[in-house]
Amino acid sequence: MKQLLAFIRKEFHHVFRDKRTLLILFGLPVVQILLFGFALSSEVKNIGIAVLDNAQDNNSRQLTDRLQTNSYFLVKPAIHSYPEIEERFKKGEIKCALVFPADFSADMERSGKAQVQVIADASDPNTATIAVNYISGMVNSYLQQTRPAPHLNYQILPQLRLLYNEEQNGSLNFVPGVIALIFMIVCTALTSVSVVREKEMGTMEVLLVSPFSPIMVLVAKAIPYLVLSIINFILIILLSVYLLDVQVRGNFLLLFGESVLFIITCLALGLLISNLTNSQQTAMLISMMGMMLPTLLFTGFLFPIENMPIPLQVISRIVPSRYYYIIIKAVMLKGLDFSYIWKETLVLACMSVGLLGIALAKFKTRLS
Amino acid sequence: MPAVSLQHISKTYNKGTVKAVNSVSFDVNKGELFGLIGPDGAGKTTIFRILTTVLLPDQGEATVEGLDVVKDFKTIRRKVGYMPGKFSLYQDLTVSENLTFFATIFKTSIKENYDLIKDIYDQIKPFSDRPAGKLSGGMKQKLALCCALIHKPDVLFLDEPTTGVDAVSRKEFWEMLQRLKQQGISILVSTPYMDEASLCDRIALIQNGNILSVDTPQNIISNFPAPLYAAKAKNFYQLLKDFRSDPAVESCYAFGEYLHLTFKDAGNCDQLMQQLRDKYQPAEFEYKKTVPTIEDSFIRLMQQTIP
Amino acid sequence: MSNKAIICQDLTKQFGAFKAVDHISFEVEQGEIFGFLGANGAGKTTAMRMLCGLSFPTSGKATVAGFDVYHQQEKIKANIGYMSQKFSLYENLTVTENIEFYGGVYGLSRTEIKKRGGDMIDMLGLSQSAKKLVGELPLGWKQKLSFSVAIFHRPKIVFLDEPTGGVDPLTRRQFWDLIYSAAADGITVFVTTHYMDEAEYCNRISIMVDGRVEALDTPTQLKHSFQAQTMDEVFYQLARRAQRTAD
Repeated sequence: MKQLLAFIRKEFHHVFRDKRTLLILFGLPVVQILLFGFALSSEVKNIGIAVLDNAQDNNSRQLTDRLQTNSYFLVKPAIHSYPEIEERFKKGEIKCALVFPADFSADMERSGKAQVQVIADASDPNTATIAVNYISGMVNSYLQQTRPAPHLNYQILPQLRLLYNEEQNGSLNFVPGVIALIFMIVCTALTSVSVVREKEMGTMEVLLVSPFSPIMVLVAKAIPYLVLSIINFILIILLSVYLLDVQVRGNFLLLFGESVLFIITCLALGLLISNLTNSQQTAMLISMMGMMLPTLLFTGFLFPIENMPIPLQVISRIVPSRYYYIIIKAVMLKGLDFSYIWKETLVLACMSVGLLGIALAKFKTRLS
Repeated sequence: MPAVSLQHISKTYNKGTVKAVNSVSFDVNKGELFGLIGPDGAGKTTIFRILTTVLLPDQGEATVEGLDVVKDFKTIRRKVGYMPGKFSLYQDLTVSENLTFFATIFKTSIKENYDLIKDIYDQIKPFSDRPAGKLSGGMKQKLALCCALIHKPDVLFLDEPTTGVDAVSRKEFWEMLQRLKQQGISILVSTPYMDEASLCDRIALIQNGNILSVDTPQNIISNFPAPLYAAKAKNFYQLLKDFRSDPAVESCYAFGEYLHLTFKDAGNCDQLMQQLRDKYQPAEFEYKKTVPTIEDSFIRLMQQTIP
Repeated sequence: MSNKAIICQDLTKQFGAFKAVDHISFEVEQGEIFGFLGANGAGKTTAMRMLCGLSFPTSGKATVAGFDVYHQQEKIKANIGYMSQKFSLYENLTVTENIEFYGGVYGLSRTEIKKRGGDMIDMLGLSQSAKKLVGELPLGWKQKLSFSVAIFHRPKIVFLDEPTGGVDPLTRRQFWDLIYSAAADGITVFVTTHYMDEAEYCNRISIMVDGRVEALDTPTQLKHSFQAQTMDEVFYQLARRAQRTAD
């Protein structure tokens, strides 16, 4: 026991004296969370729009005012002629234009049917669709508010309700995915490198010629990174809650427990990689590059797994982060309890035990 | 029972294509300071790794303190101290952190065996808070030796401890080994430097995985079969070329400032030497009969084994 | 211009208050084999860097191959060769490819490279292995090849850093044969080492202690004036006076 403690203490010394390790351990997660949370959000905000108001009447002005107060749009100086629209599009100043015909109000008064033209830049189809939908929604609600006239034809307006993410907060989609990605890469890379470094430095040779058992080496290597990863987890959750407005709906202890399980899976994977490689470079390459792509592809937060071809879906089943992503979404976003995620938990637990078992079996008590 | 014993140990790498060690046999007696002398790539490190149980031999048997290196590897690992050729301590840990770590790993403490390492540790004590990576070569070796000694091993394995260390530190290091020997520890040490051979009780000369000779340094020197002459002249290179091409000369090679030569006819060497002088008439010529060194013996043994 | 290969006068290199090289003065004759000795940290490497045109001195004068170390560094580099203890050829190129590469680096013409390269391979007895990867050659061969490549562009001076550490005694002799032959052709050989047995092969030896040249003479004379049996003892007597702790 005393031996193990001495070993763990040594590992902490290594971590705290190596700025690069610290940077990967704490810098990378923070940067990723912020990057995915803010910059790479899938929401569309501040769409450049300009108005060509041929009507210049009360209704058209009120609608333009509404545009101005809407955070989805950034209203640019008004357009004065039709040809100017294309010019402004070409300059990249606007993504969307709204045209009121000259007899806008008159038509509305007369028949209750008026037309507006919405022109959108479809080279970015996603933004264009969203902009068109926002504007039609806005015009509809304006009509309902200003003339709640039931004498018109019955209109059926679909009322969409988005569950779990009513505010359409894009961070919600990303945070669980990023957490999974971070653990998968950081834990795996750091543990694998830390074992391989001993091989490279020749210290492994001295450790082998000592009464210290292989299991102890693995345990002693894993424990510091487990502790640090847990701190990391708490840090990420705090960032998510206070900076990105992503609330933890479910039981925090359940979330914590599941995360520790996932961290252990990743550490086991890292230890296995370290036993199979002999240089820090290879270990880093496998755990960084080799893990990054499958994790991004098969976790499910960038590309829905259901839409993938069957062979890829099968491959995704061996990626641990896929299960963790389901668990964390269920607990964090939907507030579900353990009965909904026991299967995924079981899979992760089996993976951990399996990986640790192989790592231990592959640990060489001799050189080469 | 010898401290270390090897019988016909062989080891190949890369699926048998590279022969590292070829049927090597020798014994290290208890309390002996035994030197394994040979150039880089001779197979010294492979022998050390087999004896410290981190490498399995392909053939042959070896024991350390009577224990088999394959079957009883766990017991051996508790009884030996090992200093690999490459500096193998944690560079980012301080001197005292390294020492404490290795003491704990070996289930002991610095206090328990302090008398054994006191001599050496006192020299590095002023730097005990310095990271090991920032020590000079000599200091690193001393620290590594302390770490290898901390659990009071019965046998000490030192693989090229003086490589890359300057002359002063080398001398100090060998003095330390002499003191450790007096404490009853059996020591197997390897070195590529022939001049360190005379500091050992017995030596094995090794080249290309083959043992050339095992004996005391004195015996190896006195077994040198022919009278050896040293000569020099103003134009050294010309002298070397002339003598080497002369039919009377058996071997001729540079040795520091002098060249060393032996004659095919060992009977009347002095006369032959004078004949050479008269024949080539080198300027500022001088010669003398000289005592062979381990290096001379090594060269001779190498020439005999290489066809 | 004189026929001295290297002239140093009060050459000094200072890092802050620390004098790594402290007013060293010496001269090396053309075709001489000059041993440059010192313990780790004595200032050998710093001095050699200045002489190779890799760093500027703080003060003092020095010329290498007749060129000034302050203003003609590029000319110095074109007129020297360098071989370090760490083997400096490309292991995954063949013998010929390595020669072609280094010849090209020093601006030799293709025909020149071909002719000289062929001569060199013949002289080293490597004809059978010319198409082999350098990584497959035995250590001794690599070292000899490495030296031959270092003097391939016929430099005036060649700097050798611990050239024969760890090689077997027979290979070491063959290596020194190459050095003697190069010196006989007029190439000045500047050997830095901290192994005394290697130093004894040099014509003259300088020993640096704490940034200063404390002794400079032939090995015989040094042994005589220090009343020592071996160069090791000479070095030991000098190095013991050192104040500086190497790091």
